[in-house]
Amino acid sequence: MRTMLRIIAIGMNHETAPVELRECLGGDADNPRKALTWMRNLEVVREGLFLSTCNRVEAIFVSDEADAAKESVILLMARLGGGQTGDFLPCLYVLEDRDAVRHIFNVASSLDSMVVGEPQILGQIKEAYALATREKTSGVILNRLMHRAFHVAKRVRSETGICGAAVSISYAAVELARKIFHVLEGKKVLLVGAGEMAELAARHLLAHDVSSLKVANRTFERAVEVAGHFKGVPVSFDEIDSELPNVDIVITSTASPGYVITRDQVKHSLRKRRNRPLFFIDIAVPRDVEPQVHDLSNVYLYDIDDLKGVVALNLAQRKEEAVKASRIVEEEVGKFEKWLKTLAVVPTIVSLQDKAESIIQAEFYKSRSALDQLAPAQHEAVETLVRSIVEKVLNDPIVFLKERAGRPTVNTYLDLTKRLFQLNGMETEARGEMEHGE
Amino acid sequence: MVSLCLGVSILWFRFIRVRIPMTSPWFSLAFGLYLLAAGGFTVFIIRQQKWVFRWSYWLLVAGFLFHTMFLGYGYYQLGLAPVLDLRSALSFFAWSLVGVYLIVQVRFKLMVLGSFVAPLAAFLMIISSAMPLTAGPVKPLFKSLWLTIHVGTVFAGDALLTIACLAAIMYLIQERQIKQKRLGSMYNRLPSLATLDHINYYSIVYGFPFLTVGMMTGSVYAQVALGRYWQWDPKEVWSLVLWLFYAALLHQRLAVGWQGRRAAIMSIVCFGVLIFTFVGVSLLMGGYHSFSSMGAR
Repeated sequence: MRTMLRIIAIGMNHETAPVELRECLGGDADNPRKALTWMRNLEVVREGLFLSTCNRVEAIFVSDEADAAKESVILLMARLGGGQTGDFLPCLYVLEDRDAVRHIFNVASSLDSMVVGEPQILGQIKEAYALATREKTSGVILNRLMHRAFHVAKRVRSETGICGAAVSISYAAVELARKIFHVLEGKKVLLVGAGEMAELAARHLLAHDVSSLKVANRTFERAVEVAGHFKGVPVSFDEIDSELPNVDIVITSTASPGYVITRDQVKHSLRKRRNRPLFFIDIAVPRDVEPQVHDLSNVYLYDIDDLKGVVALNLAQRKEEAVKASRIVEEEVGKFEKWLKTLAVVPTIVSLQDKAESIIQAEFYKSRSALDQLAPAQHEAVETLVRSIVEKVLNDPIVFLKERAGRPTVNTYLDLTKRLFQLNGMETEARGEMEHGE
Repeated sequence: MVSLCLGVSILWFRFIRVRIPMTSPWFSLAFGLYLLAAGGFTVFIIRQQKWVFRWSYWLLVAGFLFHTMFLGYGYYQLGLAPVLDLRSALSFFAWSLVGVYLIVQVRFKLMVLGSFVAPLAAFLMIISSAMPLTAGPVKPLFKSLWLTIHVGTVFAGDALLTIACLAAIMYLIQERQIKQKRLGSMYNRLPSLATLDHINYYSIVYGFPFLTVGMMTGSVYAQVALGRYWQWDPKEVWSLVLWLFYAALLHQRLAVGWQGRRAAIMSIVCFGVLIFTFVGVSLLMGGYHSFSSMGAR
């Protein structure tokens, strides 16, 4: 009985393995290449791909001797990490066939990521795949599998909102600003105080082409220093009042115990602003901007808790979208399986063609004395004739087999074909040439 | 809500068809397509799928084309724009609204706007189709090019101001979400405050001159037909009130720098006056603008 080719994924991710272990395996940038080289040398592994990011390490491979291959790959991973298999065996997941395909689709679509919907993973998988093609460890099945995975990722991205809303505080602030101002190009930003998160938000805003950035600080030297980071303009703390009528976005994060910007101050500036909207992002704890500022017309104030709320909401939304995405993945897994089934008939078809070829060779050999007397052109004509006859005769059975590929009765037809053409024994050679059959 | 409207309207549609077999097939086609487009746009705002938008958009365009043919045929038959009873006026209004929307859509490419315009247009058509058909000779008084120009410009203005009002409503919804810090499902579906304010502003800036020209041509027409530019007809008075309202809004926007929430509320109030002037005055008050006086043609 012929063994089936199986797709297997062995790996660990942020959920199953602690970071130290993932570092061990993924730490060295050259590890994927090394792993692929080793995999290529494994008899039992036909095709292989090795993915290593900071959140996951995975080996995806195709084998017809699943158990032996799994063992070898686990050993290989242990060798890569320089440890014992016992250490990380409990952290590994081993998935086969349908589950493996689903898993790879999930990973590519960023459904299996720590932050669901984060976009980097697709690029990392593409890199891993590019490496596998360079190292020639990827074959028919993995090629198809990976291309389908990219396709699924694209579908998930465009058909669901999974990559939609911001899931970091500074980015949520920028998104809000865009919902107020539409474009941030040409908008003026005032950064009051300095802190990691405030600077991050400022950096995001700069990436959206805000026209100017002013930095105010209690100590002017510090303002000069921070402004230097962003090519901004330092202003003194007393100038905040005079800046309020001009700016559009204010980010505050001072260590001040009281309010730095009060309602009266803002209200005062409104007339000069001619009602242009003004957006306060207050990242400080305790807060820097008096909460009543938010009640003023065309003025919006979001403090750190509000932003956290927005982020939580967005995360929840992504989870909801993930359900939709799973449906897409499931659909695509089904399609891939269908394709995989057509592969089952390929070895038989290849051995059928091989048998025909060997008969042709043998018969030519037998008739060589008669054929040798022919002119080269005539010789060629005879050969073409023979080959096209054989091809035509074989065509119908081949088409027939391909059509039956996805059905449960396929094995009956395969057996029948093998018996009709006496193909037993040719199987082993034929399988090696599977790649050409596709 | 909208789907309920749709359901009711389809029943209504049937009822009307049975009662009045004379409804023009062009009108029915346009009506049907508007209803489908309205349904499509409603699905679009919920499901946010681009292909739904595309289908709805082209259904609306097709509806508009049939509607144009219907009106063109009406013009050919009557010799003037078919606006002499409430049924025709509402249908003409729906047509102007869709036409203006299609232009605005090309300019602003704001997909969600259709989800507000198409149901409104369908709603206008539902009311229009519920009104009785009137037929009979047209008073020679109305057979003037001035009337068509007057009505055309007024309705173009009205349609733009309707779009302004819809943008204002969208603005208030979006502003409320941001102010209350509850970023619900509409938050993602609606565009930025700046965009909505922009649309509101431009719709009024372009709508107001149309309204003005419409009133002026109406006055010229009155002089030609009745011998007087102005005769304190209720419609005239209310149009003036309406004009003053929008003039005030425009002034506040341009000179005082109103924008955002206050401008949005004001343009909704102005639109209330517009609706009253359009429907209320014609139905409740007399005067030569009232449909009843036109009906007795």
